Amino acid sequence: MSDMEIPVGPQHPALKEPESFRFELEGEIVKSVDIRLGYVHRGIERACQDRTWVQAVYLIERICGICSHSHTTCFCQAVEDIAGLEVPRRARYIRSLIGEMERIHSHLLWLGLAGHEVGFDTLFMYAWRDREVILDALEAISGNRVNYGMNTIGGVRRDLTDRDVEELRSAIRILEERVGYYTDVALEESTFRNRLEGVGKITKQQAIDLGTVGPTARAAGVNVDLRRDDPYAAYDEIPFNVVTAEAGDLLAAAEVRLGEIRESIGIMKYILDNLPDGPIAVKAPRRIPPGEACSRYEAPRGEDIHYVRSSGGDKPERVKVRAPTLANINAVAESMKGVRVADIPIIIAGIDPCFSCTDRMVRLEDRISGRVEVLRWQDLSRRYRR
Amino acid sequence: MLPELIRSLFQKPATVRYPVERVPAPEGLRGKPVCDYSMCIGCRMCSRDCPAAAIEMVDTGERTPRPVFHYDRCAFCGQCADTCPKKAISLTSDYELSAFSKDDLVSLERRRGESAAG
Repeated sequence: MSDMEIPVGPQHPALKEPESFRFELEGEIVKSVDIRLGYVHRGIERACQDRTWVQAVYLIERICGICSHSHTTCFCQAVEDIAGLEVPRRARYIRSLIGEMERIHSHLLWLGLAGHEVGFDTLFMYAWRDREVILDALEAISGNRVNYGMNTIGGVRRDLTDRDVEELRSAIRILEERVGYYTDVALEESTFRNRLEGVGKITKQQAIDLGTVGPTARAAGVNVDLRRDDPYAAYDEIPFNVVTAEAGDLLAAAEVRLGEIRESIGIMKYILDNLPDGPIAVKAPRRIPPGEACSRYEAPRGEDIHYVRSSGGDKPERVKVRAPTLANINAVAESMKGVRVADIPIIIAGIDPCFSCTDRMVRLEDRISGRVEVLRWQDLSRRYRR
Repeated sequence: MLPELIRSLFQKPATVRYPVERVPAPEGLRGKPVCDYSMCIGCRMCSRDCPAAAIEMVDTGERTPRPVFHYDRCAFCGQCADTCPKKAISLTSDYELSAFSKDDLVSLERRRGESAAG
């Protein structure tokens, strides 16, 4: 049978974000896939250089609508590191709290989408209905549903009132019950199980070799979690378990994410019980002293890395962001080999991709001949991978 | 799953019939920013810090200029309220800001011929 190539995307291959996938098929089976990034490159890193440190935080927040708090925390940590600011303990606890709430709503969003991609729209509706509980709580605390604006350089901007704590406790009670129910549905409902079991599988060795991060790596049995391995915010004082699974398929990914929601609920309870008193922010200077810093953060999708350099001015000299999807996208290409066409959407959705956070371009300039070449991600790995 | 589905058949929908029914906005919602001009000292700090360049300083006939918000540009981050040294700016819980014209999305009526911000 002759090879056939089908394009998936760039118009919304799985989620509502543009990205192009070209599949080489043999009959119904995928032989290989070429992933083309670059449809929603927004130039945020460059735009940060034109903004003051205060303004850059809000731009960084808008890298991703779902992990907005992850990106700002990561950025603020880097800047605080350069400026030598000591973030108050209460602020670190609030950062962790919002981070865990964000993880819960992100994982519920993924669960709903996974249900949608496998044609289980009832789960999609239920999961998203209950996601409103956590979004309402976030709105009450921070003043907005997604771009919370909680972080500022030197701490957080809003304090937690006693009423917020009470409301959060009742939200936790609802969530605990619902998440328990979804865990049963995901792990026992045969329609869901049969559709996910053995699909999009990567081995532990592949997960390590391809540099996967977050739930994608943990689903394949790689025991990594920055909250434990390189604690930031208040995680060095909070007890929790790192959830891993062995199978490496999408059912394992669902298992890990649902387990993480339960762990996040536990972390939230601990924080509410042990919230220290004190100030919520220290005053940050308008000009950050010269220096550079690299900051890591366990976002809902995996390790988020920010590199920030200051030349002593009121604007960053360089900001570099490595969003978790960039690390996981190679695993998608690998796990696509040998699957059926009908499984393509759920495998793309399986890593919980965030394409606009991932997009980047590489421009090579030959200094001698002056020839300029723009490389796609695929070309780059083809050229330099050994 | 089945008992849950049957129960849902007899439940009210989870959504509300906006705009007939409304969900009340939480107290701390970061909505439309407003400035109390009697407290403003015209220091321009809000305009300098605004990440979306949504604040224009306009001469209103007083000694110093006053901030005018362009709600079409505003990102509702609330940095202006944080920055204001006199706490003259506050964020209201008004979020229904749609309008037919961008000119309606300015907090102060602009005089003809004046240029828009950024």
